[in-house]
Amino acid sequence: MADIKKDETKFVIAIYVDNKFGVLTRVTSMFTRRGFNIDALTVGVTESPEYSRITLSMSGDGYARAQMLNQLRKLHNVKKVEILDEKDIIERELLLIKVGNAADQHQLIMSCVDIFKAKIIDYSTSSLGIEVTGTSDKIDAFIEMIRPVGIIESCRSGIIALSKGSGSMLDTPDLF
Amino acid sequence: MKLKGAEIVIESLIDQGVTDIFGYPGGTVLDIYDALYARSDRINHVLVSHEQHAAHAADGYARATGKVGVVLATSGPGATNLVTGIATAMLDSIPVVAITGNVGRPMVGKDSFQEVDITGITLPITKHNYFVNNIDELPEVMREAFKIAKSDRPGPVLIDIPKDVQNMVTDFEPQGPSRPFDRIQPQENRIQEAAEAIAKAERPYLYIGGGVFAAEAYQDVEKLADKIDAVIGTSLMGISAISNDNPRYLGMVGMHGHYASTIAQADADLIIAIGTRFSDRVTGKTSEFCKDATIIHLDVDFAEISKNVDADIGVRGDLRVTLPILLRTLEKQEHPEWIAHVNGLVEKEKGLHAKTLGTDPKDIIEVINDIKSDDTVVATDVGQHQMWAAQYLKFRKPRKFVSSGGLGTMGFGMGAAEGAAVATKVPTVLITGDGSFGMNLNEVMTSVLYGLPLTVVIMNNHVLGMVRQWQTLFYGKRYSNTVLEKRAPDYVKLAEAFGAEGVVTETVEEFREAFEKAYHSGKVTLIDCRIDKDEFVLPMIPAGQTVKDMVTERGDD
Repeated sequence: MADIKKDETKFVIAIYVDNKFGVLTRVTSMFTRRGFNIDALTVGVTESPEYSRITLSMSGDGYARAQMLNQLRKLHNVKKVEILDEKDIIERELLLIKVGNAADQHQLIMSCVDIFKAKIIDYSTSSLGIEVTGTSDKIDAFIEMIRPVGIIESCRSGIIALSKGSGSMLDTPDLF
Repeated sequence: MKLKGAEIVIESLIDQGVTDIFGYPGGTVLDIYDALYARSDRINHVLVSHEQHAAHAADGYARATGKVGVVLATSGPGATNLVTGIATAMLDSIPVVAITGNVGRPMVGKDSFQEVDITGITLPITKHNYFVNNIDELPEVMREAFKIAKSDRPGPVLIDIPKDVQNMVTDFEPQGPSRPFDRIQPQENRIQEAAEAIAKAERPYLYIGGGVFAAEAYQDVEKLADKIDAVIGTSLMGISAISNDNPRYLGMVGMHGHYASTIAQADADLIIAIGTRFSDRVTGKTSEFCKDATIIHLDVDFAEISKNVDADIGVRGDLRVTLPILLRTLEKQEHPEWIAHVNGLVEKEKGLHAKTLGTDPKDIIEVINDIKSDDTVVATDVGQHQMWAAQYLKFRKPRKFVSSGGLGTMGFGMGAAEGAAVATKVPTVLITGDGSFGMNLNEVMTSVLYGLPLTVVIMNNHVLGMVRQWQTLFYGKRYSNTVLEKRAPDYVKLAEAFGAEGVVTETVEEFREAFEKAYHSGKVTLIDCRIDKDEFVLPMIPAGQTVKDMVTERGDD
């Protein structure tokens, strides 16, 4: 992850796109072409079968935010784009991590699992597979806590997010 | 009715009102060409010499008419040859529909003969594109492609159709030409803000671009200038939108813009940018560009507002809607001091014409102005000749200047001129250079074959003049690979070989005689118009600099 420059902020974007072949490529191609860097990206089906929802996290200044938003809205398969306000969203990320299972580390592992409400989902004499869900900050913190045990492999899902409250993004009008 | 995919392609074109297409056959479009054969009474197909020129011809056709240009090519190299033409149309927002065949679906992804992922390749250079996987989607894809190409900010759309899909059958019913998406309505409060800023201005300047053509907003632009006593300058893409007879019109602005137009823009306290995108060729160093002026940007594409230059007020909306509302909102204004100041600049410009080394390119262009009718389209290639044409050509009607602005495509001219000639059926002129012409001279055979009334003026300096100008100014006269003298063909013999007329001219008088004859001949003529290799395009603001750095006189080199 690139260092964040002074006037840059991190933000999360939700995009509804047609659930069609090749649409993800159209979206990511735009980012490449305009020189924007994506920190994390997830894509999955939604409440309406004709749309997929892409959740992106990236960092940039006000110019990058506006350009990215406007360029996305121009893509024919993009139905709705919104920058989600961090204070106003529910967000989750999933971490799968494999760590060593040495006897003298058990106490540290178990307290990490306990504090972060993680789950051990694979167990062998030499390693443990752990599942953690939470905000990206929580996952960062978990990884730092467990690092002394020895991380064998890890994988993060990228963030998924919804705005709080009863509104649906698809029903809110675009404002320019 | 039940039709084959290939027939649906052709019937859809007829349904969209298409009368002319440009293309080149090949293995994966054999079925489409077969369907076209049966409908050749409805669609005139122009067989080019190379697919690139077909794409440029569709583009030139669209620029000259405002209609969607259509190009048809086969898979693989046929499709990749379209790429430069599609990118040219994309950068200049020209409505083009490109149709390509591809290998049958069972062969896709296997590196089959003449297989290429053209939707992948053209993703960043099309407004939208389609790979038609399902025959039942084809009729709607055809309709939607035209709709997207001509709506809002126009652009190219590519449809890639596998050969087996072309041979499958589905229902097709004509529905008439696709209507564009609803016009984008501007926010009235933004227009109000704009009107308030305009009311405060004392030195208003309208900076217009290609969007004025897309919206056909010529008259509203003139009305706006009259109402607020503004002057008008244009980007390369806006040339011919405003008649040169309009005294408010100052011509092209920017790197090689007119002195008065460029200085007036810098002196203005209000810039109203209309359907234009503050290209680096217009702004130079953006941090210095009109930094004390209030900038109002009217554009249908919200992504253009504050993209290159920060706008104080951005109004996103269709100019056909925005401008009339703005006109109704505004009070009449008069700025006699500003107009007098600009008139002074125009007078000064007349005395600034830099000395030339031989036949003056300005005189050549003036001959063309004298002889051409108001309905003639003048196309250009890219380089010094293009800038001279942009500076000195005069127009009274819109859509008469066809030039590759954004991409700057050498080799654009012949195809584009052909497209314009096919569309307008009146004598058409191509102003090109010996460098650019070398990139598309095989297209002369097409013009001859179709009997197009085309006069090709090759401003022949035996060098790549624009690059040489930069080498002279910024690279210590190290003329690396820009001297074409030793490989210059005999253009008269070349013309004859293709069945065209050819003539060499050394002086303005010779040129006048040759052009007059060629223009009225109704045939294809190449005029090898000799000019000096060290002629400059002036004024010039070097790249990334400011209006203060404008060069109007050639130095001692």
